[in-house]
Amino acid sequence: MTDILRSKIILIYTLILLIATFCVFGLEDNASKGILSVLNIILIVLPLFSIIFSTIYIYNSSEFIELLVSQPLQRKTIWLSFLIGLAIALSLSFIIGVGIPILLFQLNIIGFLIIFVGVVLSIIFVSIALLAAVQIRDKAKGIGIAILLWIYFSILFDGLVLFLLFQFADYPLEKPMLLVSALNPIDLARILLLLQLDVSAMMGYTGAIFKDFFGTVTGLIISCFVLMLWSAIPMYLSVIKFNKKDL
Amino acid sequence: MKLYLIIASLFILPKFGFANIIQVGPGKSIKQIKTGIQFAKSGDTVFVHPGFYREGNIVIAKKIYLKGIKFPVLDGENKFEILSIKANGSTIDGFKLIHSGVSNLEDYAGIKMYDCRDVTIQNNQLFDTYFGIYLQYGKNCIIRNNTTTAYYKEEQQSGNGIHCWKSDSILIEGNHIVGHRDGIYFEFVMHSTIKGNYSEHNIRYGLHFMYSNDDTYLSNTFFSNGAGVAVMYSHGVHMLRNNFRENWGDAAYGLLLKEISDSYIKGNQFNKNTSGIYMEGVSRVKVLGNNFFNNGWAMKIQASCMEVDIARNNFMGNTFDVGTNGNLVLNRFKNNYWDKYDGYDINKDHVGDIPYRPVSMYSMIVEKNPPAMILFRSFITSLLDKTEKIIPSLTPISLVDNFPLMKMLNQ
Repeated sequence: MTDILRSKIILIYTLILLIATFCVFGLEDNASKGILSVLNIILIVLPLFSIIFSTIYIYNSSEFIELLVSQPLQRKTIWLSFLIGLAIALSLSFIIGVGIPILLFQLNIIGFLIIFVGVVLSIIFVSIALLAAVQIRDKAKGIGIAILLWIYFSILFDGLVLFLLFQFADYPLEKPMLLVSALNPIDLARILLLLQLDVSAMMGYTGAIFKDFFGTVTGLIISCFVLMLWSAIPMYLSVIKFNKKDL
Repeated sequence: MKLYLIIASLFILPKFGFANIIQVGPGKSIKQIKTGIQFAKSGDTVFVHPGFYREGNIVIAKKIYLKGIKFPVLDGENKFEILSIKANGSTIDGFKLIHSGVSNLEDYAGIKMYDCRDVTIQNNQLFDTYFGIYLQYGKNCIIRNNTTTAYYKEEQQSGNGIHCWKSDSILIEGNHIVGHRDGIYFEFVMHSTIKGNYSEHNIRYGLHFMYSNDDTYLSNTFFSNGAGVAVMYSHGVHMLRNNFRENWGDAAYGLLLKEISDSYIKGNQFNKNTSGIYMEGVSRVKVLGNNFFNNGWAMKIQASCMEVDIARNNFMGNTFDVGTNGNLVLNRFKNNYWDKYDGYDINKDHVGDIPYRPVSMYSMIVEKNPPAMILFRSFITSLLDKTEKIIPSLTPISLVDNFPLMKMLNQ
C-alpha cells in the first residue's frame, strides 16, 4: 500500500484534484455553485481515475501477486489487501484533494455527504476494476474493458435511461426510475447529492417524488446501503474468482 | 348690511373649515374611540392617544381624520373586523391593529373600506389580521406606508395583505407585507399604481393580479413568496423596475404571466427564482432591459405566446436560459446578452456574428418528458446539448437571437 501512496501518479492525481477544487471554489462567488462544479469532478473524473489506475496497478503487479501466492498466505487475504490498499490510497487522495477544500468552503451536512459519496465511489470503482482485472488475463484487453465499463456507467447507462423514458413516456415512470437509479452507482450518487442542494427545486414533480424518498432518513440509509452493496458485490465476486484462478 | 354679513358668516363659517379636534385617550374626557367618532362631525379630526382599545368593530360612517398618536393599539380579540370605513374622504393614520377575527364566510380585515372614495390609509401597523387592508368598490384611495404581518401556515386559512376588488385609481405605496396568503391582491382594479412595496414570505403570491387593466407596478420587491408573482387575464399592465428575488421551490415563479396582452416588462431584476418569467397565452408584450441572474429557467415561454419582444436583457448564470414546449415560435429575441454565448465579433460592433439559440436540447427533453429530470447534470445531457448546438434538430429553429450582444448591458 505504501508503494501506491508513494507512486507519482497518485500524488499528481491528488494535486490535480486539490487545484481543481480550489479553483472551482475560488472562481464561483457562491459556494453552493462551487459544489455543483465539484460534483462534476466527483462523478466523472473520480470513477475514471479509480477504475483505470486500479486495473493498471493490478496488471503491473501480476508477478508480485504470483510471488505472494507462492507464499503460505491465503489467496483471499492477498486479494483483499490489494483491494484495501488501492481503496485506501484513492480515498485518501480524494479526501485530501476534494475533501479539504470542501470542508473549508462548505462545512455542513452536504459537505460531509459529498466526501462520503466520493469515498464510496472510489471503493466501488476499485472493486469493479479488480473484478475486471481478475476476469481477463490480457492487460490491454483488461484496460479496454475498464474504460468501457466507465463509459457504460457514466454515459451509456444514462442514454439507455433516456431511451426507456421516451419509449414508456405514457406511463408514470417516476417510481420505477427510483429503482433504475439504483442500478448505477454514479446516477445514485448524483441524485443523492443533487437533492441535498437547492437546485433540487428545479427538478419539479420528479424531484419531489425523489425527495420524498431520498430526503427521508430511511431513503438516505437505503441509498447508502445500495452504494455499499455496489462496492461489496464486485469485491466478493472478484475474491471468488481469484480463489479459483489459475495464475 | 355689514353687520348682517358678519352675523351670517358666524353661522356659515364653522360648516366650512375650522374643523374641530376631538381628543380620545385614557387621560382624556372621551375614553373610547367610538364615542369620539360619535361626537365628531364630518370633516373633524379625532386624535387617539396611546393606549389599548378593545372596542370590537369600529365603523367610520362620516368623513373624519382619525389620527393615532404613537401607535395606539386596536384589538379585534380574534372576533371582529377592527375598522370599517363607509365614508368618502376619511383618513386613518398611525394605528396598530392586532388580532382581527377569522372567518371563512366573511372576509374580516384589519381595515376594510366599503364602497367609498378618496380614503387614505397610512402609517398603520397590522399584526395577525385575517385580511390586512381590504378595499371594495373603492375609488381614488391611497394605501401608504403600512406594514402588515400575518403568521399563517395554510393557504385556505389565511387572508391577503392588501386586497383590492372592483376599484379604480388606487395608489398603493411603500407598504411592507409579510406572511399573508397573497401579499397584494388585485381583482377588477383599473388605472392603479403599486409602488415601492416590499412583499415577502407570503404563502401564495407576492402579488396576485387578475382582470385588472391599465395598472402600473414599479419598484416593488417580491422576495421569497410561495409562488412568486402572478399576473393574469389583464391588458395594459406596466411592470417596471421591480425586484423578483428568491422565489424558489417546486412551483415557484418569479413572474407568472397568463393571458396578458399589450404590456411592458421593463428594467426588472430576476434573481434566484426557479423560473424567472413563465408565460402562457401572452401576446404583444415587450420584455426590455431586464436582468435575469442565477435562475433555474430565466424564461419559460409556452408556444401559446405570440408577438412577445425580448430585447436588451442580460442573462447570467441561469441553469437554462429559455424553455419552451413546442416548435412554434412567434416571438422575437434581439440584442440580449447571454453568458453562455460563445460566438465571435469580427467587425467589432459589439453584436455577435453568429446567432445564439437559448433553448438547450435538455430543456426540450425535460419539457416533453418530465421524468427525464433525473438525468439533470449528468454527463450525457451536456453531451447532447453540445451536439445540438452544432446541429439543431429538436430545438425550435426560429427561437434564436440573431443579434446577441458581446458585452453585458449595464442596467
